[in-house]
Amino acid sequence: MAETDKSNKIKLQTSSLRAYTMLGALVVIWLFFHWQTEAIFLTPRNLSNLMLQTSVTGIIAIGMLMVIVSGNIDLSVGSLLALAGGVAAIVLTKMGYGLVPAILAAVAVGVLIGLFQGFLTAYGNIPAFIVTLGGLLAWRGAIKGISGSETIPIADEGFKAIGQQYIDWRVSSVLAAIAILAVLYFAFRKAKAQKDYDVGESNLGKELLNSMIPIVGIVLFTYVMISYAGIPIPVLIFLAIAFLGFFITNNTTFGRYIYAIGGNAEAARLSGINNKMVVLKVFAILGVFVGIASLINTARVAAATPDAGTLLELDAIAACVIGGTSLMGGRGTVFGACLGALIMASLDNGMSLLNYADYTQELIKGSILVAAVGLDMIGRKS
Amino acid sequence: MKRLLEMKNITKEFPGVKALDDVNMDLIEGEFHSLVGENGAGKSTLMKVLSGVYPYGEYEGEFFISGDEKRFYTIREAEDAGIAIIFQELSLVKELTVGENIFLGREPSKFGVINWTEIYQKSAELLKELNLDINPRTEVGNLGIGQQQLVEIAKALSQDAKILVLDEPTAALTESEVEILFDILRNLKKRGVGMIYISHKLDEVFEMSDRITVLRDGQTVATHDASELDKDKVIALMVGREVGDIFPETTHEFGKVALEVKNLNAFEAEHPDKKLVDNISFNVRKGEVLGISGLMGAGRSELLTVIFGAWKGKSSGEVFVEGQKVSISSPKDAIAAGIGFVTEDRKRYGLILDQTIMDNSTLAGLKQISGNFLTHRSRELVATKNAMSSLKVKANSPMTVAGTLSGGNQQKVVLGKWLLTNPKVLFLDEPTRGIDVGAKQEIYAEINKLAEEGLAIVMVSSELPEVLGLSDRILVLHEGHLTGEFTKEEATPEKVMAAATGTL
Repeated sequence: MAETDKSNKIKLQTSSLRAYTMLGALVVIWLFFHWQTEAIFLTPRNLSNLMLQTSVTGIIAIGMLMVIVSGNIDLSVGSLLALAGGVAAIVLTKMGYGLVPAILAAVAVGVLIGLFQGFLTAYGNIPAFIVTLGGLLAWRGAIKGISGSETIPIADEGFKAIGQQYIDWRVSSVLAAIAILAVLYFAFRKAKAQKDYDVGESNLGKELLNSMIPIVGIVLFTYVMISYAGIPIPVLIFLAIAFLGFFITNNTTFGRYIYAIGGNAEAARLSGINNKMVVLKVFAILGVFVGIASLINTARVAAATPDAGTLLELDAIAACVIGGTSLMGGRGTVFGACLGALIMASLDNGMSLLNYADYTQELIKGSILVAAVGLDMIGRKS
Repeated sequence: MKRLLEMKNITKEFPGVKALDDVNMDLIEGEFHSLVGENGAGKSTLMKVLSGVYPYGEYEGEFFISGDEKRFYTIREAEDAGIAIIFQELSLVKELTVGENIFLGREPSKFGVINWTEIYQKSAELLKELNLDINPRTEVGNLGIGQQQLVEIAKALSQDAKILVLDEPTAALTESEVEILFDILRNLKKRGVGMIYISHKLDEVFEMSDRITVLRDGQTVATHDASELDKDKVIALMVGREVGDIFPETTHEFGKVALEVKNLNAFEAEHPDKKLVDNISFNVRKGEVLGISGLMGAGRSELLTVIFGAWKGKSSGEVFVEGQKVSISSPKDAIAAGIGFVTEDRKRYGLILDQTIMDNSTLAGLKQISGNFLTHRSRELVATKNAMSSLKVKANSPMTVAGTLSGGNQQKVVLGKWLLTNPKVLFLDEPTRGIDVGAKQEIYAEINKLAEEGLAIVMVSSELPEVLGLSDRILVLHEGHLTGEFTKEEATPEKVMAAATGTL
């Protein structure tokens, strides 16, 4: 018995160890770029920009994480982003409907296509890789078809705000305060539940201490953002979706089922889980997130281009993998996926600041992806 | 008599625990030497030292093969030294043919070009030698589990193994396949091959062994000639205490009919003409343990799977729970109707090995424990802890990863998972396969306790003593038909076997 007990401990330690390793890697990357860029990288202006760059990939990575954890994959997100953004632009400019219909149209395109691909995967028994590889080609074709392969410029200020507007320091501070209160509320609730059920795992003091890390994070983040221009709206949307994703994966029965299916589909099915329905929903959720990301992406450049989001699927998958997600399914966290997206964006941002040539950037990013997983494998073995 | 193998003072430590503590064992030419012990006693660890899975330097002590000290750094070196191991889990590639598997990694070739004629000719000769009627060009995946096991042995023979280690080779074999296997092993014995045989099935151990070595908690307890021992003595040595009757005395009071099944039929998914369950009707009352016996392929697991709504092929029939007709088309429906199903093969069908005991325990009853939409960690923890303590799951905490537990504890986690759904009827399929005597006894006691509390239990088992010892009533299936029904008093091993072989 003692033998098994020991190995359990080691396993638990490695999982939190990995989170710290990733954070450590991020810090090293940041310091390196800060040094190389002669103190430009870690300025409020650049950090704000960095967060903006992270938001689109990050939002998609969160949905992608759920798809991958369920044991599937979605290669179509880049093309779908272009299609959803294009449809929104057409609804807004060519058809002349307002802002809200344009937003709804982008999200609807995302959901419907997510449902369609999820249906073919779950109920049609076609591997997700094939379904979404088809989607990768087909949705790109669709947007080229309906846009005549032309860029659709957008003049609507309300729409552009989704990607370009900052929230001023007053509202930002209020939001930060609400977030801190929420963190404290959850700490109290957890401590109370532990007391009520006599689980005896921890107490209020420990919970409050634990909540100091996110609170410090919120304060620092808000301070840095306010120092430049306030929290960018895309970043706010990204954070909201990150929280939603965290909540779904950690606090809902549905989230637990995603992990169960990815861990052992047959055991999950025999435990009464409707595997097909869960997979369908996971694809639909990713579709919603792609729809939202497409709005940000389109608004940021104030135009819908037919080749928007090219290779985005690979960035999103890479973010998940760097964040410790297993492509076999059953393992991965939203926190890790977000961190992975931030690491990817940091590399892009830093290397652009340093004027690295395109090919150098690609070589380095590719190498780091493989090295990150390689190190993870070595860590898991020992 | 030549000594093939001598292992001296083998000690293998994992962080914080000695898995093997100064173990000694030897093997003589042509000897059948059984290695027995509870799960976790160190049998498999010892064999992993022998076969190079743990390379030299990771263990202490030394071993000699035909008198020469050997230090293996890879599995390949052990194979080259004439050691072949047949593991419990099959290590064949299902997509390759029998011949390809036999010569996998050692294909006869010239300049990297494989000589297929030689592969299939030699394979055919090997299979013939073993009296196996298998075409070497058949894909392994198309063979039954038993035949696959025999192919593994052919593979070992093709390597000219002097020392053959068999780890629970009969777990998935039918009786006739076991006989074929034993004939082959007797033949090998005559050829001078030394065999180390790991098994929980003491009947087999005594049928075949020259000597028996018992391990307990990583130490060699004893090595004796088989003729000096009997089953009770071996069990006593294994558990370190005298074991009385491992089956509890049963005094079940039967209540109303909890489950009634009428005219159940099931067809194979791939071959819709092949009937696997043929018009079976039965019932089970509250507080009753209904045993279902039969040989491999008799349709026992299929019967339970169909009732539970998990069958992938065509099926028909009516199911009543507590007198109410229920329509079950998925496991979800079955759970809602009050049926729980402790499936066979816990690693494949029962557990998510990467996840914690808590995640596994609450999976089937998650919505009952937590609520429909949100999970409730504290309630889950309480439920898991209660299940763990009432089932005596030995683990650090509910957060222990299920895959790190011993077989017996894993089985208890699966049982606990189903009890947390508050079932009215509980199906158990091979509830004690591959777990040690101590854990078996605890599971028997739990089954008995659940029946006393009024749960209706349907238990499928391939172990006849288990069915006879626990059941209030026994149904026997043969090729999908119900061929016998006995009360506890009527049932004898002979009668049940006769019904199971269709000779009643």
